[in-house]
Amino acid sequence: MRIELERRPRASALYAVLSPFIALILTVIAGGVMFWLLGKDPVSALYSFFVEPLLDVWSLHEIAIKAAPLILIGVGLSVCYRSNNWNIGAEGQFIMGAIAGSIVPVVFHEWHSPLVLPLMLVFGMIGGALYAAIPAFLKANMNTNEILSSLMLVYIAQLFLDWMVRGPWRSPEAYNFPVTRDFAPEAVLPEILASGRTNLGFVFAIVAAVLIWFMMRYTLKGFEITVLGQSERAGRFAGFSSRRMIWFSMLLSGALAGLAGISEVSGNINKLQPIISPGYGFTAIIVAFLGRLNPLGIIAAGLFLALTYVGGEAVQLTLSVSDKVTRVFQGLLLFFVLSCDTLILYRIRLVFPGRAVPAAHGGAE
Amino acid sequence: MSVAGASAGSPLLAVRNLTKLFGTFAACNGIDLDIRPGEIHALLGENGAGKSTLVKMLFGVLAPTAGDILWQGAPVSIASPGAARRLGIGMVFQHFSLFEALTVAENIALSLPPGISLARVAEEAARLSHAYGLPLDPKAHVADLSVGERQRIEIVRALLQNPQLIILDEPTSVLTPQEADRLFETLAKLKGEGRSVLYISHRLEEVQRICDRATVLRHGKVSGACDPRKETPASLARMMVGSDVAAVSADGTSTKGDVLLEARDLSAAARTPFAVSLKGVSLKVHGGEVLAIAGVAGNGQGELFDALSGEYPVSKAEGVLIRNRPVGTLGITARRLIGAGFVPEERHGHAAVPGMSLSDNLVLARSQSDRKAFLGGGALGIIKSAAVRMAARRISAAMDVRKSGEDPPAGSLSGGNLQKFIVGRELDRQPAVLVVNQPTWGVDAGAASRIRQALVDLAKSGSAVLVISQDLDEIFEVATEIAVISEGRLSDVYPARDMTREKIGLLMGGMHGEAKVPEAAHAH
Repeated sequence: MRIELERRPRASALYAVLSPFIALILTVIAGGVMFWLLGKDPVSALYSFFVEPLLDVWSLHEIAIKAAPLILIGVGLSVCYRSNNWNIGAEGQFIMGAIAGSIVPVVFHEWHSPLVLPLMLVFGMIGGALYAAIPAFLKANMNTNEILSSLMLVYIAQLFLDWMVRGPWRSPEAYNFPVTRDFAPEAVLPEILASGRTNLGFVFAIVAAVLIWFMMRYTLKGFEITVLGQSERAGRFAGFSSRRMIWFSMLLSGALAGLAGISEVSGNINKLQPIISPGYGFTAIIVAFLGRLNPLGIIAAGLFLALTYVGGEAVQLTLSVSDKVTRVFQGLLLFFVLSCDTLILYRIRLVFPGRAVPAAHGGAE
Repeated sequence: MSVAGASAGSPLLAVRNLTKLFGTFAACNGIDLDIRPGEIHALLGENGAGKSTLVKMLFGVLAPTAGDILWQGAPVSIASPGAARRLGIGMVFQHFSLFEALTVAENIALSLPPGISLARVAEEAARLSHAYGLPLDPKAHVADLSVGERQRIEIVRALLQNPQLIILDEPTSVLTPQEADRLFETLAKLKGEGRSVLYISHRLEEVQRICDRATVLRHGKVSGACDPRKETPASLARMMVGSDVAAVSADGTSTKGDVLLEARDLSAAARTPFAVSLKGVSLKVHGGEVLAIAGVAGNGQGELFDALSGEYPVSKAEGVLIRNRPVGTLGITARRLIGAGFVPEERHGHAAVPGMSLSDNLVLARSQSDRKAFLGGGALGIIKSAAVRMAARRISAAMDVRKSGEDPPAGSLSGGNLQKFIVGRELDRQPAVLVVNQPTWGVDAGAASRIRQALVDLAKSGSAVLVISQDLDEIFEVATEIAVISEGRLSDVYPARDMTREKIGLLMGGMHGEAKVPEAAHAH
């Protein structure tokens, strides 16, 4: 027996809309089974994973803080993916943005000025964009596969950060701990609500999502992105350059990942340390697809994935399960999103070798 | 299965009241059709008449909504192409599904059940191709083969299943006259063996030449069944389109204007191992002229179009001149802004994005030439969707584009209607220069005549029109001047009235003294 995927004659519009929700339900069911196998009560585990964080102001703020980088990176990636450029290295661009943005508060820590914060943000974006320029250059000029080059650059960025905070940038006041000096108050992103820690990074995320939504929906640039993603040849006929699009999409997504990186460091951690991201750059790939590569959908998807981080921390505490639970949930979700999307376009067919001619059974012998 | 399965007179395949609904739209509406053993049966109809839907149901690609298919008198349900093949139905599609990097034998083996050795496939293919007069080298790579030879692979592939009924979808649309003659000999041989052929075409002359009977479809219904030999092309065309097809009128005094499009010793290296390089192409098209470039597929037509359109600029600015301006190094947008329009050969994924709406596909070609009308917001470049939709409506009305809904995706239109839109998209801005590659390939008679008339009319209004085509009928209908491209070289340009089919055929063989269309291009 063989399993084949057979293209459906036409995809159902209804299921195309429902697909992310079906994926969510399947993820919750599979997660329940997982908790049950771990010997926990699935209902109460799922309750503390998905519902409890929503009932508490503190955890709502945590969700917003974690959603901000996911949305910022996710909308950048959506532009890449729509134009057929597969940037998998947002995690590295996030880290490089954080490092570049930290030059001002770490190296020039005695300079106090209201310009510090804007300068940090600009440096962060430049750092992320420059790091994304490496796979862009390789793809545009040498036809190198950007999936591999951007992914491998992530590990270089992680090790570079590790070396920076243990070496040149280690704080002289931190008792040999591998951290930089704490950022001065004017280098910290301000909080936006009196009730909690949510900072300006969340505003950046929403503004970026709305701007990119507008670009994709109404402008010639968005049209160019969509055309080149669907047919490079038609794009060339229209006078669009796929090489320039490689640069545009990679630099844009790199800059947004870099902005997410410096916002996270400035608004949430307030210094550099060996690990500054629980995999935001990778989780944002799930966010982009769960949001159907639509910036407004990505806002919703980013908030939901942030919930899996906060919920994961909650069940770690209450049920003492492993901190890997969050990653398992995110993996399940990506798996179900992609399989639901596939099954909208294709149906599964079981092929039995040596089967009789079906037509012969229809006859009136 | 044996050839003697059906007694003479009773149909091999009968279709009764066959209907296919897409939503509420009836693509096929109560079709009746009989195919007798040993006949070549023509299926005629405009694009969108339901020919493809009918054939897909016969070949198990689509399931009928209602009605019966009877094979040798017994009702059958054909669930898949595999089931159709096992029943004894073979099909040669209009668009081939071949892997260019593989050899002929490997491509054939892919369509067979696993477990048959490649050597046996090659042997069997060689035997069949010899027996049916379809010369093929099983070891040749598909990428090196002409379109005609590729089609032979598909025919041999179908023949390997020993079918009783072979369905051919527009088989001659890609062939030279000589190649087509050869195909007709093969079909006669198949017929002589008692096999049946369902022959889909809208070339009325060849239907009259080779087909025993014809069924004509219009708007999903059978609009006539006849013996094509007792009809005239005009009466067949009337059955297809429901009214007389306007003959293209090229007469009238078109005055020769200035040179608007010129190529001077235009050369371009081949971009891929399978492409053709252009070697010193020179041509001039005056305002008021239609220069047609004939040639067998794969002799540099696509490359010439790319160089003239600027999709792939050349290194020498003087290589291409549009309205006397050297533009060889400039891209397609700059050339459009000087007043040129372009229609590439491939509709899906080159001239149009199938998944995008017609109005989006209008923006595709004209975002810069009509910047003022279609874009607002200054540097933001906001697309004025109302203005674009209105222009798309204007084009659809001017070219009689039939579509479902106001602004449907381009991919949902039939080939002829989409082509009318794509040509209309350029005509709408009255280009001074129009370069068209294969303007009516795979397009029905009504749409083809309309498109050709539009090209002639554009030239009459003073523009320079360059048509690259493999269709000699088309060339003689529209051209005022004719040249032939062969292996990337262009012949001299001759006035159309001095040209004959024979002379074109000779030029197609190249300027190396060969008097024949090159056979077996793989024999380097």
